[in-house]
Amino acid sequence: MGAALGGIPIILVISLLLSPGGGSSGEDGPPFYELIVRNGFFTPLAALGALQVFLLPLAAALLSGDAVAGEAATGTLRYLLVRPVGRLRLILSKYAAAVVLITLLILWVTIVGLVAGGAAYGWGPMPTLSGSTLSPGTALLRIGGAACYIATGMSALAAVGVFASTLSDSAPGASVATVGLAIVSQILESLSALAPIHTFLISERWLAFVDLFRDPIVWGEMAEGLVAHALYAAVFVALAGVVLARKDVMS
Amino acid sequence: MNALATHGLTKSYGDQTVVAGLDLAVPKGTLYGFLGPNGAGKTTTIRMLLGLVKPSAGRAELLGQEVNVGTSAAGVLGKVGALIEEPGLWPYLSGRSNLLCMARSGGKDERLDRIDEMLDLVGLSGAATKRVKAYSQGMRQRLGIALALLGRPEVLVLDEPTNGLDPPGMREIRGLLRRLADDGVTVFVSSHLLFEVEAMCDRVGVLAGGRLIAEGTPAELRAPGESLRIEVDDGAAASVVLERFRGLEVVSANHGSLRVTLADGLDPAEINRMLVSAGVAVRALVPERRSLEEVFMALIEGSDQ
Repeated sequence: MGAALGGIPIILVISLLLSPGGGSSGEDGPPFYELIVRNGFFTPLAALGALQVFLLPLAAALLSGDAVAGEAATGTLRYLLVRPVGRLRLILSKYAAAVVLITLLILWVTIVGLVAGGAAYGWGPMPTLSGSTLSPGTALLRIGGAACYIATGMSALAAVGVFASTLSDSAPGASVATVGLAIVSQILESLSALAPIHTFLISERWLAFVDLFRDPIVWGEMAEGLVAHALYAAVFVALAGVVLARKDVMS
Repeated sequence: MNALATHGLTKSYGDQTVVAGLDLAVPKGTLYGFLGPNGAGKTTTIRMLLGLVKPSAGRAELLGQEVNVGTSAAGVLGKVGALIEEPGLWPYLSGRSNLLCMARSGGKDERLDRIDEMLDLVGLSGAATKRVKAYSQGMRQRLGIALALLGRPEVLVLDEPTNGLDPPGMREIRGLLRRLADDGVTVFVSSHLLFEVEAMCDRVGVLAGGRLIAEGTPAELRAPGESLRIEVDDGAAASVVLERFRGLEVVSANHGSLRVTLADGLDPAEINRMLVSAGVAVRALVPERRSLEEVFMALIEGSDQ
């Protein structure tokens, strides 16, 4: 998985190197794609934006869907509980593990992007969307911030995954349901007729990290995003804890 | 204090009652055999004793403390080692890694040499670094037992512990369990293998239809109706003589071979004298103890009615 995700920024850079006069990605392409030729710093952002649609949610779903259902499938859940490992403690540690792993994956993509983009197009002062420029140091800081923000979005999804995992003895089943939710959310997001419910969709603020690259930084949507992601995480982890606490473990 | 106890323990799924008001008491330090046909509710009872399944009514107690689903019956579960239906192993890890991972969960670490000691005890030292995916069923079973013993438990709850083992292996495990019980560990074994239970258990409980239908030492369970096999020359004459005894029942009569069950207090020597003085030649008088299997089958059939 690390190889697949890490490959994306490299592919983006290569595609640009191969198209003289810069590339264009059209409406469905990764954000910031055309800007990479002006500054390599845009590479990780473009890569993360592209992965955000499916592959990152998939990774989050796979890591979290395995939480309880995976142990049920191997037959180890009952032994862990009899150790004893408290049921809530089990949920929390599995969730923490999923969050740490997805964050590491995101950082990995970021680093590969920085290296590949920088090697091809340099690490000079970074232009913002508002027209000004950022020093390389500030740019790196904001890119790190973007990576962290994306991690919060994925952690919200991971909480849903852990919850799904308590409802099933099939880890793949829980993962599919979770990634399904992410996809449906994005579809609904794109339907303007459903605007009233957009604020409740889990994916609504996943791409708000672009606001870090405006001058001055626009905090509004990102702040909302952090709150929304935290709420999703709290609610679904709590639900997972409640379900597992009352469940008859027959696996 | 009993090591394991249940009071009116009941579990129903919809209108199907799997465990019906079970009252079980397993004294500390006994090797207790839990018998019953398939579907009798043995595994469900075990799961309720370990806090995995919530009772519909009644309660389960472990070392005097009530067991509840969702609260880890904190101090108490840590003193229990279990093997439930099948070992639970991570197939992509080695045997040793499996023990290590389990050992580290729950915040109670085991020293590495304890892990090696357990592997040695169950005869898996050689295969400890191989992935569990490659293990035979016997090896998986042994690892499961090692896992149950890892935390130096005071109570062992084992569901079919010799499952998948060859006869020497089964003997080894039986010997191990017997030694543990002699050292004061309470060993609660659920098994289908009646000869095995007969050979090693101090006490036996028979479960059928979710209820305990018999309980006691193997000898106590076999005792009522010790039977006697009498070989005579004249079966008919012998039957006539025997009819006069109260408390004696002729179970089968086959030409010269009679099988009779005796109530307590009837002396075979007395029967011999009566037959001989009536002119019946007695060729053989053999006390036959009923095997636990016969007792078991009779009890099961009895409870079906």
